[in-house]
Amino acid sequence: MKKSFKLEDLDCANCAAKMEAAIKKLPGVENATVSFMTQKMSIEAADEVFDEVVQAAVKCIARVEPDCRVILK
Amino acid sequence: MSRKQKKTLLRIIAAALLCIVAALLPLEGVWKALAFAVPYLIIGYDVLRGAALGIIHGQVFDEKFLMAIATLGAFAIREYPEAAAVMLFYQIGEWFQSIAVGRSRKSIAALMDIRPDSATVLRDGAEEEVDPEDVALGETILIRPGERVPLDGIVLEGSSSVDTAALTGESMPVDVREGERVISGSINLTGLLKVRTESEYAESTVARILELVENSAEKKAKVESFITRFARWYTPVVVIGALLLAVIPPLFVGDWGKWIERALIFLVVSCPCALVVSVPLSFFGGIGGASRQGILIKGANYLEALASVDTVCFDKTGTLTEGRFAVEAVHPKELNPDDLLDIAAAAESYSSHPLAQSILRAHEGDIDKSRLGEIEELAGLGIKAEVDGETYYVGNAGLMEKVGADYHDCHLLGTIIHISRGSKYLGHIVINDQLKEDAAEAIRSLKELGVQQTVMLSGDKASVAEHVAEKLGIDKCLPELLPAEKVVQVEALLAQGCRLAYVGDGINDAPVLTRADVGIAMGALGSDAAIESADIVLMDDRPSRLPLAVKLARRTMRIVHENIIFALGVKVLILVLGALGLANMWFAVFGDVGVLILAILNALRCMAASK
Repeated sequence: MKKSFKLEDLDCANCAAKMEAAIKKLPGVENATVSFMTQKMSIEAADEVFDEVVQAAVKCIARVEPDCRVILK
Repeated sequence: MSRKQKKTLLRIIAAALLCIVAALLPLEGVWKALAFAVPYLIIGYDVLRGAALGIIHGQVFDEKFLMAIATLGAFAIREYPEAAAVMLFYQIGEWFQSIAVGRSRKSIAALMDIRPDSATVLRDGAEEEVDPEDVALGETILIRPGERVPLDGIVLEGSSSVDTAALTGESMPVDVREGERVISGSINLTGLLKVRTESEYAESTVARILELVENSAEKKAKVESFITRFARWYTPVVVIGALLLAVIPPLFVGDWGKWIERALIFLVVSCPCALVVSVPLSFFGGIGGASRQGILIKGANYLEALASVDTVCFDKTGTLTEGRFAVEAVHPKELNPDDLLDIAAAAESYSSHPLAQSILRAHEGDIDKSRLGEIEELAGLGIKAEVDGETYYVGNAGLMEKVGADYHDCHLLGTIIHISRGSKYLGHIVINDQLKEDAAEAIRSLKELGVQQTVMLSGDKASVAEHVAEKLGIDKCLPELLPAEKVVQVEALLAQGCRLAYVGDGINDAPVLTRADVGIAMGALGSDAAIESADIVLMDDRPSRLPLAVKLARRTMRIVHENIIFALGVKVLILVLGALGLANMWFAVFGDVGVLILAILNALRCMAASK
């Protein structure tokens, strides 16, 4: 499954790159991108673990930039 | 400006004023430190907070943390004005970046503002205004003048002009009538249209285009990955450099304060922001600007590949030619050309064959069907028809041989339709697929741009294909190819090390489009297959869009490279001068923020799509 999420207050391009690198290393993630320009994160992972993966990704993002919020729909 | 940006601006102004006041007051020692600490905290409290959080989370090379160390360090060595100024300029740079990026994001969203807001559906005779997503396939919708076409469909009633500029970049409106297609995202200009929908919203042209453009940010160019990888090393290296500079020289020569100051200069330029932000911003702008011209690029990587293409392969039919037959010449032996065309048109007037249709199109005026007597279709040969009481044969060379007419071939290439009255030869009509108006110009422009090789791949017979290639000035013609053989030919070119773009109509050449370095589908307005399989989609079918796409791609790449060289150059310069003691903190912070601002302004140029 592939899904994209909107990010709020993603203020720095380098942080986006750091988040992307960190999320890609998470177990279960097949592919991930964090785009500073579109303020979006997209995650590709197997359906069974998808929710866990998203939770872990949200933590990664908070670690790199505490002010940045993920809009989970 | 968002709320956060406004607040930051106020903090910047307040801190700047307080800094000036602090500099003017005749203070010394602790009082001076306190006077600068006030603006420092006003402008920097969030950076300090971010730095603390970063350290808790183990983010040692966090830019906020480094900025906090640099400024607190400056306080420690009693350089109070510098400390406050570094923080102030750092925030000015961040603020400017946030404004610029926000603006460009907005203006690109405006460029792509083709999303229809609502649709008027006719249900049980009543008009109902609904979300385009709630309209089912096959429903009837009303589109008033000035409204955006919400869904793809066929016109049931009415005629109008439709503006497709937002989709194709073509500013001439297109006329539509009953039975013709309208494409979602275009604007109805003049008349009321009643349209039967042919797609649901999610499958419509406009939804596909928007999805494509939004997803393009996910595919990153090689330069961009290079820069993010570089950034991952740059910061630690500079920070370690700072540590070494602060500790090692003073062990030998002493003077700790001087070396710590130099180390702090390193920390000020340790953020790779200018680089990391300007590259994706340039690509984003380049892709957005191109989409305004009806050139949809599915990712920065394809834009990068297009900029360096040296071989362009074309499909012939439908790409360089119209894919539609037209009468090229009428060569009578006895009659005048109009009369010969008239006889042929009369004889073919009931035929739906594409060749017959082209003769009918060339014939001016209606045909009086009462002139026609018995008409007989002779399979594989042509037509035998009674016109004005005489028997005519209209068809190929085989037909002429069969009726014993003394025919001859034409010096022109193409499909030849011979005509005879009984066995008396009257002449022939030459029918050809027409070249697109701007095809020759497109090939010429590509050459001028330095594309080394143009190749035409065609399923057509050699004589016809070579004729077309020659007319257009194409370097190499590979005729009589089956679709699978096209893939083989493209692979052979790739094996020779060509950086290859393939341009086709996307209908039956999906495998070749996928195989090429850059697959370009042309005339994709309304063709789902093409949008799926291509890397770059030209919304209309004019070949001259291709050199424009190459130009835009190269311009974007040039701006990207300019920014990389400029930003890196200035950073290295500051590092070297800083280490030698020739630059102070003021110089470092101006250099760093200045580079960021200039790189962003340069990147914004990508968006302005040149004609």
